Amino acid sequence: MRSDVFFLVCLGIGAAVFAAALALGNDYLFFAGYVVAQYVVLATAWNILGGYCGYVNFGSAAFFALGAYATVALHEFYEPLPVPALIVGGGVVSGVVGLGMGYLTLRLRGAFFAIATLALAVVLQTLVVNWDYVGGSRGAYIMRPETIAPLGNYVRYLFLVMLFLAVVAVTAARVIERSRLGYGFATIRDDELAAEASGVPTLRLKLVATAISGALMGMAGAPFPYYIGFLQPSSTFGLDYAVNAIAMPLIGGTTTWVGPLIGALLLGSLQQIATVTISSAVNLLIVGFLLVGFVIVAPNGIVGLQRQYIQHKPVGLVGRRRLGADAPGSAS
Amino acid sequence: MNELLAIDNLGKRFGGFVALDGISLSVRQGERVGLIGPNGSGKSTLVNCICGTLRHESGAVRFDGRRLGGAPAHRRTRLGLARTFQLPRPFASLTLLDNLRIPLLYTVAARGRGSAPEVEARGLALLREVGLEAKARLLPRDLTQVEMRKLELARAMAAEPKLLIADESMAGLTHSEVEDILALLNRLNAAGVTIILIEHIMRAVMSFSQRLVVLVSGRKIADGAPDEVMRDPQVEKAYLGQ
Repeated sequence: MRSDVFFLVCLGIGAAVFAAALALGNDYLFFAGYVVAQYVVLATAWNILGGYCGYVNFGSAAFFALGAYATVALHEFYEPLPVPALIVGGGVVSGVVGLGMGYLTLRLRGAFFAIATLALAVVLQTLVVNWDYVGGSRGAYIMRPETIAPLGNYVRYLFLVMLFLAVVAVTAARVIERSRLGYGFATIRDDELAAEASGVPTLRLKLVATAISGALMGMAGAPFPYYIGFLQPSSTFGLDYAVNAIAMPLIGGTTTWVGPLIGALLLGSLQQIATVTISSAVNLLIVGFLLVGFVIVAPNGIVGLQRQYIQHKPVGLVGRRRLGADAPGSAS
Repeated sequence: MNELLAIDNLGKRFGGFVALDGISLSVRQGERVGLIGPNGSGKSTLVNCICGTLRHESGAVRFDGRRLGGAPAHRRTRLGLARTFQLPRPFASLTLLDNLRIPLLYTVAARGRGSAPEVEARGLALLREVGLEAKARLLPRDLTQVEMRKLELARAMAAEPKLLIADESMAGLTHSEVEDILALLNRLNAAGVTIILIEHIMRAVMSFSQRLVVLVSGRKIADGAPDEVMRDPQVEKAYLGQ
């Protein structure tokens, strides 16, 4: 399918989902749906660096939080900015920080890169906690409008925006996957020395990946203050985002755009259902159990299972094997 | 004939160990050069320094009239300097065809040629040339060691190099497989590609090379016509002992 057609199909599906939620008329659906769509964006963003290039980012929460705090800062600076403009703002901030992180950690591989991203998250959280302008450790209140015409409740609008963002993110991931860039990313995942020898500018491509991945995470975070109303560093930089952003692509499958989408829909919905029926504290437990289960039973995620048992294609195409492991280093 | 590769007084050390000690070497356009030496003599290090995988500390490398300086490996590949790895390093998650697609997309297409169908056709043609066309949609892990070496060679050829450095492409191959690879390299050479062959199989090196260069302990001890070089007492000493 051509990319523009794919985009339109996704838009159609998004519109149908929104229409269905409107028809059901329960406002909780919009609350829950927003979170699931947000995780689709986050998981897809993580996968561009983690799945396509094989660079595991433990700092997703920091990029998400940067987007959210960009909104708070913009909100302080100039009040009535529309949400799409805030998303662009959050994307720019997180994209630039992603680029910077890429530049600083370019020569780190495997576990060392993952540790560096974790460190970056701690540094950024410390900065935000000590920055009074965005509320510091006290947190920041954001007063969002109660309603918006013609949708009514403002959360409906936020859900619509996040749905659109999810469509954009998934389409972008699919376009990248099938482009020259995507092939280049795959060679970085497989063998950087051989990639260089084949003419792939690996350093530049890694920068592109960290910037795109970071920007999408920031965009996912930008509307968050409007959604939550009260933004706290400890929860915005929380473990949930970092863990979910990794777990969802792993459970879905990391080397295609479908994997993070399936993982986010599955895990995100499960968590929302658990929040209502059991308690919100059980969320990470679910993720933990599922992750352990999948690592044992289906190390290549749901996409891997599907390829193995339905299409009978080689599983290696959805390789997750480079996670945490370094390249076998023998330069000839 | 024109000089394609000029190495001047190249030096490389790993800590206190001198891996390359003032190597000078000149390769003319279209030449077939054999590079031999005992294990650990610095052959692969020399290749890595020429191709930008390693940085050398002293000396200079000029390729096609251009000083390479600190140019990264991918830029050298785009300039027309391709190499194979001693231990094949295929892209494990990509099919054979996609393995060749990478240099086609990043070097040939980057020079401004090659639409998607052209790239595909070119990749298949290269696989046919090395006898792997039937396995185009398989993954490298389904290949034998010999096929892996052929893939390695095909991937280097896909970059349309002016100079191809084949680093032990024939190790572990049978007599007829060696002949296959030699025939392939000879065809490439006839098409104008300069080739440096690093090899332990003397029969192959002697039949292929127009000129033989011998490295021992990071120094060049001989450089000349293969027959003369093999009669050199220093070379005999290095290979056979005193």
